[in-house]
Amino acid sequence: MNRRNFLKTGLGAAAVGALPMSLVEIAWGAKDEERFTFAYISDSHITHVRGNEFVRNWDRGLIRAVAECNLLDPRPDFVVYGGDIAQLGKPEEIDHGLEILSGLRDKVYYVMGEHDYYVDLGDYWRKRLGPDWYAFDHKGVHFIVLNSILTYSEWTHKKWESGMARMKEMARLDNPNGSPFMVGEEQRKWLAQDLAKVDRDTPIVVCSHSPLQKIYKGWNFWTEDAEEIHKLLAPFKKVTVIYGHVHQIQYNQIGNISFYAVMATAWPWPYPNTYALAESHLPKLTVPMNRADPFFERDATGWQLIDVHSGRVDTHYFLPDNTNRSVVFDEKRGHPVDTRYQAVAARIPPQQHY
Amino acid sequence: MNVSRSTGWMAATAAALWLGLGQADEFTQEDLQRWNQEFMEVVKEGDRLFHGGFPSKNTVSCDQCHPNATNTHPETYPKFQKQLGEVVPMWRMINWCIENPLESEPLPADDPRMTALQAYIHWERRGAKLEPGKH
Repeated sequence: MNRRNFLKTGLGAAAVGALPMSLVEIAWGAKDEERFTFAYISDSHITHVRGNEFVRNWDRGLIRAVAECNLLDPRPDFVVYGGDIAQLGKPEEIDHGLEILSGLRDKVYYVMGEHDYYVDLGDYWRKRLGPDWYAFDHKGVHFIVLNSILTYSEWTHKKWESGMARMKEMARLDNPNGSPFMVGEEQRKWLAQDLAKVDRDTPIVVCSHSPLQKIYKGWNFWTEDAEEIHKLLAPFKKVTVIYGHVHQIQYNQIGNISFYAVMATAWPWPYPNTYALAESHLPKLTVPMNRADPFFERDATGWQLIDVHSGRVDTHYFLPDNTNRSVVFDEKRGHPVDTRYQAVAARIPPQQHY
Repeated sequence: MNVSRSTGWMAATAAALWLGLGQADEFTQEDLQRWNQEFMEVVKEGDRLFHGGFPSKNTVSCDQCHPNATNTHPETYPKFQKQLGEVVPMWRMINWCIENPLESEPLPADDPRMTALQAYIHWERRGAKLEPGKH
């Protein structure tokens, strides 16, 4: 079976199982063997209650994504975990999350989320998983992992009562006393040096936790220095950014950069334009995911399979209790499109959010 | 016409008017301020309960799924909830959330905490037009 057939039959089988993850497919180069896939799991928010008790609902989301990811055949080349393993960054939460993730049969690359970071500024996460920003190459594609959830040091180093007090402030999405996410100068300098070594024709895939674009500041669907990152990426022909944090389907095209958000395994978030008292800049391209039905606890959660081809990314969303979605890069139009729902006439009532 | 009866009636009316002027209809800027303050204190309490202040048995809080109380749609209640099998007011759905995602004990309909949660949810949705029954 060649790769293309696998995707057809593989995705068909997956649809029957209604898997909760995002599968990303990247095909690079003309040759079929240069096409590859990786899986993307994100935002599990494992929550410690007391003793050895964790929030069951969030555990179940991650357990399901891991189980379904392991059923993919042929194997994805690797898995990316998009950040927020933990809810409050407690060692118990990170350990419990990593124990569940240890069931994955593939190598996992980790991205730092704010829920992993603000209690101890990422010390325990790094102790378990290594550096929080790095780059690697895979089958002709240059991957960059950024820690995009840093913020102004005046906020980070305020006189907090404790690390946990700081974490609880940042963990609250709609907190008016929060602080905007950013990549920061040190990492931007490293990124510039890293990119200087890369040929302009090499496809780039950036994995971050926050969107690397500005959607809604009130919920930190936002990266303060997004434009500066875009400038660094501007010389490259094919650039894709994949991000977590928003717990919903989003996709966008800004200049040469295609953006895809991935689903959470834990719970969905409303789209920011549903907040009657604020303005948001939800990308116009985005056809929203279905409104969540709270009576089905896995509804509007998911995971992804990413298919990489010709240096472009197709994102297949595995959505339990919902029809799976595929958002693919359209060469003719030069931006990502949903394969089924992009046309206004093709949209369905649950995609209307208010 | 019985004169004494008529005089009695007029006196009673005058007394009622006099009492009325002192006790109803007229209100001042101070009254408005006080009523608003009373309301906003309940909104504030609802905000606190909504953001982790509710004694949730599994630590999960309302705002985790509903930042700024979005996707709660108070303007659409009462409405038919397929899974409950009937038309319900909003407090029934709040209790559903308390019992399921929060794995905690439901509140009586007239519990001050239930009032506070609804005050906060409505406050965040102010300006939205009423659309009872909408999905």
